[in-house]
Amino acid sequence: MENIREIPSHSTRLAQSHFRTLRLPSPFQPRIEALARTEDWYDWAGYKAPNSLWDSELEYFAIRSQAALFDISPMVKYRIEGPDAEACLNRITLRDVAKLKPGRVHYTAWCDDEGHVLDDGTLFRLGEQNFRLCCQERHLPWLLDSACGFDVRIEEETEAIAGLALQGPTSFAVLREAGFAGVEHLKVFDLADFLHQNGTVTICRTGFTGDLGYELFVETKLALSLWDRLWQAGEHRGLRAIGYQALNRARIEAGLIVANADFSTAGHALRADRVRMPDEIGLGFMVDAEKGHFNGRTAIIKARQNKTMHHVLVGLEIEGNIPAEHAIVYHRKKREVGLVSAAIWSPMAKRNIAIAGLSRPFGDTITDDLWVEIYAMRELKYERLMKRAKIVPRPFIKLDRRAANPPADF
Amino acid sequence: MFLGAYGERLAGASVAEQVAWKELRAQLVRYAGILKPMLSRRPPDLGGMSLAETSALGLTALSLKRLGKEDMRDFLRMLLMNVADVLDEQLEDDRLKGLLAFDAVLSSHLGPRSPTSLLGLYYRLTGELAGAPGAQIVPRGGMGQIAAAIASSAAKAGVIMRSNAIVNKIRIENGRATGIVLENAEEIPCGLIVSAIDPSTTFLDLVGPRELDTGFVRKVKNIRNQGNAAKLHLALDRPPEFLGVRAEDHRGRLVIAPSADHVERAFNPAKYGEFSTEPVMEITLPSLSDPSLAPDGACVLSAIIQYAPYRLKQGWDAGKPKFLKIIMDLLERYAPGIGARVRHAELLTPADIEARYRMPGGHWHHGELQADQMLMSRPVSGWSGYDTPVDGLFLCGAGSHPGGGISGAPGLNAARRILAARS
Ligand SMILES: Cc1cc2nc3c(=O)[nH]c(=O)nc-3n(C[C@H](O)[C@H](O)[C@H](O)COP(=O)(O)OP(=O)(O)OC[C@H]3O[C@@H](n4cnc5c(N)ncnc54)[C@H](O)[C@@H]3O)c2cc1C
Repeated sequence: MENIREIPSHSTRLAQSHFRTLRLPSPFQPRIEALARTEDWYDWAGYKAPNSLWDSELEYFAIRSQAALFDISPMVKYRIEGPDAEACLNRITLRDVAKLKPGRVHYTAWCDDEGHVLDDGTLFRLGEQNFRLCCQERHLPWLLDSACGFDVRIEEETEAIAGLALQGPTSFAVLREAGFAGVEHLKVFDLADFLHQNGTVTICRTGFTGDLGYELFVETKLALSLWDRLWQAGEHRGLRAIGYQALNRARIEAGLIVANADFSTAGHALRADRVRMPDEIGLGFMVDAEKGHFNGRTAIIKARQNKTMHHVLVGLEIEGNIPAEHAIVYHRKKREVGLVSAAIWSPMAKRNIAIAGLSRPFGDTITDDLWVEIYAMRELKYERLMKRAKIVPRPFIKLDRRAANPPADF
Repeated sequence: MFLGAYGERLAGASVAEQVAWKELRAQLVRYAGILKPMLSRRPPDLGGMSLAETSALGLTALSLKRLGKEDMRDFLRMLLMNVADVLDEQLEDDRLKGLLAFDAVLSSHLGPRSPTSLLGLYYRLTGELAGAPGAQIVPRGGMGQIAAAIASSAAKAGVIMRSNAIVNKIRIENGRATGIVLENAEEIPCGLIVSAIDPSTTFLDLVGPRELDTGFVRKVKNIRNQGNAAKLHLALDRPPEFLGVRAEDHRGRLVIAPSADHVERAFNPAKYGEFSTEPVMEITLPSLSDPSLAPDGACVLSAIIQYAPYRLKQGWDAGKPKFLKIIMDLLERYAPGIGARVRHAELLTPADIEARYRMPGGHWHHGELQADQMLMSRPVSGWSGYDTPVDGLFLCGAGSHPGGGISGAPGLNAARRILAARS
């Protein structure tokens, strides 16, 4: 196994060395490797990340009935600081950053000049003039070019900061047991700093599961000790490490989308018709046309006025129990109107659910008589199923414990 | 020596060379004629072209077809060639090639052997005076008279003009330009703003990046606009006498560019941020034709000198006296005794031109006029139609298609565009 490189937290402006190693180890790699029984890895932004660790089905149930630890270190992270940080982020992203108070997090997205979504992500306001932006894709040149005319410093800190998602009904109990006093005060989308050894860990009540959960960010050199602290505290609270497959099920139930899975980002799309405006992937609610200029504003407003948005993203409930992953969606079983981008049989909702991109007016004004065509491989033969699909609101599940205050203890 | 509109006749060369030049000139004028509609009209907007515009482009295609197969092939072959290769193919006389090479690269960061340098010559030939392609004049009373003439006819039309009014800011409200703020903080509300200020200043300083999309700002920041030409003004006791130039020919344009290789060698240092040690130059003595420009018997000399890169490695404070000495030594070789007649000398480097005329980079085209910054890529791709991402703000200066020079073309195009948008 490769060595874990020690990366000084302040010297890494650009994660430039990621190409030197085929798959970079995460700061938590020694702990994760030790738990990896399936040896089922995938590439997450250049990192060696687990798809599953022991049993993706059971890993999923750890999220829903115990607590699950998921390594989010490969997530691309930027630090944006300075007197104009708020103004600069307001110009880059869709939502009004002035409404984001210090100690709060919001989910947002950003677009190119044409109003096509470059990425979505979470914006953490660590202080009045201090932000962290987390996302899937790398954007440093775009962010730096967007900083022109603003008094702001932008640094990539992907390699300097390790991240963990701790999700599930006992997640609060794990943190309390680990000794993070005061964590009970965090409401959904709150964040605060807590002591860890000789440093701090930033804990946010956020997550990608629709469940009670937290995300923790720490300097890489404190990563392993943080893992150990949580692991120990979780011993009697069912804490399990999980891989992406389990998380993916949870996020589909929560109705959350993933860049380059449920939509193509503008930086990746090669074909002119693959790019999407916020309104076309369910992110129209983020667009704050009143807050002043931001990238893509003119294009988005024009497209709204001229009604030139051709797509819409919907939640589907599909009859039966066979997941309709990447199935084609039809109107009246005949006309092709879209594609399912993510689908599972939901153990929580006890429904066969899916996220799909449709071409308007289907999914917009025409919502009845939709069908999906599922090819189920059965002993080297495809069974072709035409199943009725109904548009339903996302999220597919709503868990009271997610937002309960105080969070449940165990 | 060139006579008439851009060398209609050639003197001082062999008979064979005269014939060769006549043929080459005819060919260049023919090809420039094809490009002309493109260079004078609005650049083709491949997306939203009106019928009239499409047919104008169609005309270009048609005139291409009319050329005949051989000629069309040659037109396309030569389009992006370097001027030195074209000249070497067809001419022998180094002096003639030097002159043509100089004209082709005038104002640009190109040497005669740089790809696409032939375009500069086409650009020159698409300009015309009274139907004579490539012809140029100096107006009586100097260039300033043009501005004065424009000012007086505008005043007659009821236009109120304000000079020495420095604009500090263009006000934007909800994506629309609503007014300007002057240096003295005075605000002038505007329904429409048409800016002849270069695109970089207009967008990066006056509008400001905050009101613009990142991709657009990126493009504007990438406009190459570093000038490479210096301007020399000399006030002389008496007219200079250039060796081998007849008295009456001193009224014309005198070019020091002994060969295409010489021009290329002059360019070499510019690539590395140094000025030419053997510069090339174009000299005029305007007071010979227009005595109003100098008191009795005296003479003014005006010269454009290349290459003088804007970003001089040693800095222009240190470099300027050295460069001036090089220029004066060179002039002394061609016009012995000129140095002793100088009463006053002024050398404007691109840095000086930038400061004096508020032209970032000191580039008189407000941005290099090269293939990648022409037509639909001028000033930046997607915005070559004089309109801008800001509603109510238009461009009309040298930074827009077709570029600088005292041609009025970008202004005329912009005015037409604005009027068309209104009706
Ligand atoms: C040394 C030299 C020699 C040249 N020789 C010739 C020649 O012989 N023949 C020829 O045809 N062309 C020549 N040119 C080129 C020609 O002068 C330019 O291309 C032409 O002037 C461009 O016209 P314009 O109106 O677009 O821009 P400019 O002439 O640059 O006009 C822009 C105006 O905007 C003003 N401005 C800028 N910022 C502000 C502000 N913030 N507020 C208010 N005003 C502002 C500037 O002061 C300037 O007056 C020469 C240029 C130079 C530098």
